[in-house]
Amino acid sequence: MSLLPFCQWLADTSGSIALHESLFMYPLVESTHVLTLCLFLGMAVMFDLRLLGLTLTRVPITEFKRRLGPWMVAGFVVMVITGVLLFYAIPVRSYQSIFFRVKSVALILAGLNAWIFHATIDCKVAEWDLAPVPPPAARRAGATSLVLWAVIVVTGRMIAYNWFDCDKQPQPHVVNVVAGCVVPPAGGR
Amino acid sequence: MNLLPFIEWTASTSLNHALTASPWAFAVTESIHLLALSVLGGAVLIVDLRLLGFGLRTHTIEEIAREAQPWFLGSWVVIVTTGVLLFVSEPQKLYFSAPFAVKMWCLLLGTIFALTVRRKVTLAGEGRVNPIWLKLVALVSLALWFGVGAGGRWIGFTG
Repeated sequence: MSLLPFCQWLADTSGSIALHESLFMYPLVESTHVLTLCLFLGMAVMFDLRLLGLTLTRVPITEFKRRLGPWMVAGFVVMVITGVLLFYAIPVRSYQSIFFRVKSVALILAGLNAWIFHATIDCKVAEWDLAPVPPPAARRAGATSLVLWAVIVVTGRMIAYNWFDCDKQPQPHVVNVVAGCVVPPAGGR
Repeated sequence: MNLLPFIEWTASTSLNHALTASPWAFAVTESIHLLALSVLGGAVLIVDLRLLGFGLRTHTIEEIAREAQPWFLGSWVVIVTTGVLLFVSEPQKLYFSAPFAVKMWCLLLGTIFALTVRRKVTLAGEGRVNPIWLKLVALVSLALWFGVGAGGRWIGFTG
């Protein structure tokens, strides 16, 4: 199933056009999206580093989560809202961006990683709450999270580049397939 | 002081030519710049939140500051190194960019502030500094680093 018709419809709504063409609103939303990285990802990175036993080793895991979790969640909410608005402003190009697609997959994997962490080793946190270096499963979750978020940040930044845009043909076949480009058959037109 | 000759020299270096010749160089450098921003943001916020009375309140300011310091310095080195490369890529544009000027002043002040006043206050020990001053130091620190980030993002929207 292709979401392209939905994205095309979304792109024609007045709100999308207004945001896309706005002089200040779009830059403001994008700046908020980027700078909130410091709050959300900054806290997530510190937590992941704690899981790896690389910083604040005397702070219990539960303490870390209780005190800094709300800040992280607040940052995440802002990230999601501004992220949705950015997509809303430029739906078709984003949908057909290879970087946006990789980012989306990495986001899902990051969510899955967090869910697995909470459903498994985090349930037994009482046993390792005070451990300066948490058990392997927790360290794996921390390392996986760091890698996935790095991918998310990098691909997110790369959305701005038009190297693989659908309107820039010819592209390698694999790019067109992954990006979902609708390309007229060769020799046509 | 006229920096224009330096700017023009920067634009004529082989490093500038190498960075601008590659379509990927700028994008990759900027991505690393952003990754370091996340770490720097975390290392700054975790201390400033504590100074404001939020965050890891059950631990001393000194402990949080000491633990965060290597990550602050490490990410600072990465962010400044990649920042220099970004500057070398487009010196003329940045020389005439107001947001870039704001960013550089905030970076200079933020770094000096972090290594002097803020460091002294965070390492002073419990109860040695009036909480009002702690909060003020945190707010100044946050404002300066916000200036760096916002200025940096706004460079891309101008010129």
